[in-house]
Amino acid sequence: MADDRTPTVAGDAHDTEDDTVPTPRLDAWRRDTYGPAVARIPERSTASETLSGIPLEPVYTEEHRSRAAALEHPGEYPFTRGIHASGYRGKLWTMRMFAGFGTPEETNRRFHALLAAGQTGLSTAFDLPTLMGYDADDPMALGEVGRCGVSVSSLADMEVLFDGIDPEAVTTSMTINAPASPIWAMYLAMAQRRGADLTRVGGTTQNDILKEFIAQKEYVIPPEPSVRLVVDTIEWGPREVPRWNVVSVSGYHIREAGSTAVQELAFTLANGRHYVQRTVDRGVDVDTFAPRISFFFNVHNDFFEEIAKLRAARRIWARWLREDFGARDPRSWTLRTHAQTAGVSLTAQQPLVNVARVAVQALAGVLGGANSLHTDAYDEALSLPTEAAALLALRTQQVIAHESGVANVVDPLGGSYFLEHLTDEMERRALALVAVIDAQGGVEAAIENGWFAREIGDASYAEQRAVDAGDRVIVGVNAFQAEAPRVPLQHVDASVARAQAERLATVRAERDDAAARAALADLRDAAVSGRNSMPSFMRCAHALCTLQEQMDVLRDVFGVYEEPVVL
Amino acid sequence: MSEGPIRVVIAKPGLDGHDRGAKVVARALRDAGMEVVYTGLRQTSAMIVRAAVQEDADAVGLSVLSGAHMQYFEQVAAGLRTAGSDDVVLFGGGIVPDDDLPALREVGVDRVFTPGASTEEIVRYLRQAVAERRSRRAGAEAGR
Repeated sequence: MADDRTPTVAGDAHDTEDDTVPTPRLDAWRRDTYGPAVARIPERSTASETLSGIPLEPVYTEEHRSRAAALEHPGEYPFTRGIHASGYRGKLWTMRMFAGFGTPEETNRRFHALLAAGQTGLSTAFDLPTLMGYDADDPMALGEVGRCGVSVSSLADMEVLFDGIDPEAVTTSMTINAPASPIWAMYLAMAQRRGADLTRVGGTTQNDILKEFIAQKEYVIPPEPSVRLVVDTIEWGPREVPRWNVVSVSGYHIREAGSTAVQELAFTLANGRHYVQRTVDRGVDVDTFAPRISFFFNVHNDFFEEIAKLRAARRIWARWLREDFGARDPRSWTLRTHAQTAGVSLTAQQPLVNVARVAVQALAGVLGGANSLHTDAYDEALSLPTEAAALLALRTQQVIAHESGVANVVDPLGGSYFLEHLTDEMERRALALVAVIDAQGGVEAAIENGWFAREIGDASYAEQRAVDAGDRVIVGVNAFQAEAPRVPLQHVDASVARAQAERLATVRAERDDAAARAALADLRDAAVSGRNSMPSFMRCAHALCTLQEQMDVLRDVFGVYEEPVVL
Repeated sequence: MSEGPIRVVIAKPGLDGHDRGAKVVARALRDAGMEVVYTGLRQTSAMIVRAAVQEDADAVGLSVLSGAHMQYFEQVAAGLRTAGSDDVVLFGGGIVPDDDLPALREVGVDRVFTPGASTEEIVRYLRQAVAERRSRRAGAEAGR
């Protein structure tokens, strides 16, 4: 098998040995210099491994240098050092803040405020009823409307949400999964009704149902038909909406659910590969869609490990796409990724300290070569972010971008003995985990047998025990505790549900009911027959079918999934 | 029943699927020697009350991260009262602003843990709260 990483560096005397085995020179340093030093000042107990449990040497030298890394360059296969030859020297990463709460009107105002503050792309948070495919006036939605995101039940809501925002000029990301197809169709229908040309509309739907089964648990129908709907979008999207990223394969939620960085990397890439495989199995040429699959990773506390994770992700993906799937278009090989600082790392204690955490994590995202970035607001362990807190988080990115100088050299940490070693180690460990998934029959099997739930449950429990025991210091939580002044919080008005119910009633009263019924019948036919469902979702959106009407068709045809309870 | 291991129901009410906290707490309580029933996701308040009664639970813990905590705690507290189990210790955790704590206490929520709480703290609290409940029950029976 052709392997761009096997050629050796001229003059490397150790090219037949494992890269990571320390040589006698380093051993001598350890014995003669380091030994006496730690005899005087013993090592801190927390200095021996990364957050993912990768053992750490006291120092890294050229003797740890990966032969492969020395040959890698930005913008070239396998893209470890970034997908763009010029890094951020030309275009900075997209500053994309996730926002959504209350009514479409309220979120639309927040969108305009963020754009006015210099944000360069939008990212939409939907409320739980929307995420689970219920209309705002359904009993299942009671008490949840507008709470943790914006409520969208039909095209009418979508038009209000993006009022005054040009869908050809601003790219929009939508965090939507189980109902990704109907919500995307509503967005596209909104754009069409404004006269936009779909070939010029850009954005991203998260549309990664596998990680819902694995981690965030906002699934509706079972895994197999869920993946089929995703594949429908992958087949349809690049043809009809060529600037749209149809799937954002997400490690973020896997990490938030408690996985390690290594698990996040392995599970995410395995999920991405599953979508590619299922689409190729349908007879679709990989180069027609692979460039429209993007990624979304967490950036957590362990600075170098997070940077290494993003670099390893690009390397593994490039090799899989080129070597295993035979993609010929270099754009198919590149892993483009959004990154978000770790919500789970935010503390309710001394919340202003979160500003510092977010800055460090965001810096890791940038040094890891993220293509777009969300920075969490300091108040998010307490409630949805206030506008002021979200603005400070955006300003944090702007300071990194414009004041720190880190964006002026491409992959500035490339060549660091430690980082290159850690990148190789993340790659090695992630591939070993992917092999464990494969041995079970792939990701759908590992979902249904509870393996992912056990893996993540064990990791999150181990992490909590380490914090409880004080083996992992969290400032303000198990060390340096202090009373802190209270911070102002975002409140969601209980009148949201009423306002949303009223708009739904208007939609139902004023739409052409025969057209809506015919569109839903057409969707049912697509679901049953197995033909691509996206044209039917588009028809439903234009006919003002509600979200729940469409999701109920899917529930009826495919059934509702219940996961095995794994503790 | 006032002897034997503490019996706890840990539940995830509503649509929210974020189950990390619920699972970590359930495991910690189990490791501390308690008998723990974890309900799984998407439970209605009625299902949670039914589980508490069926399991003869000393305590019920709800995990709510979606912001809809007021309604779920209120419903479960009311359900426990209707079932004659209002002495079951009702506690919980999640993204709950301090401002909501007095109102939650008013509807009968004994304690709410927010991000950063240690599992040891939760175990310690539960042992004490259940011991008090059991001694109140024993006292009531003795006085009958």
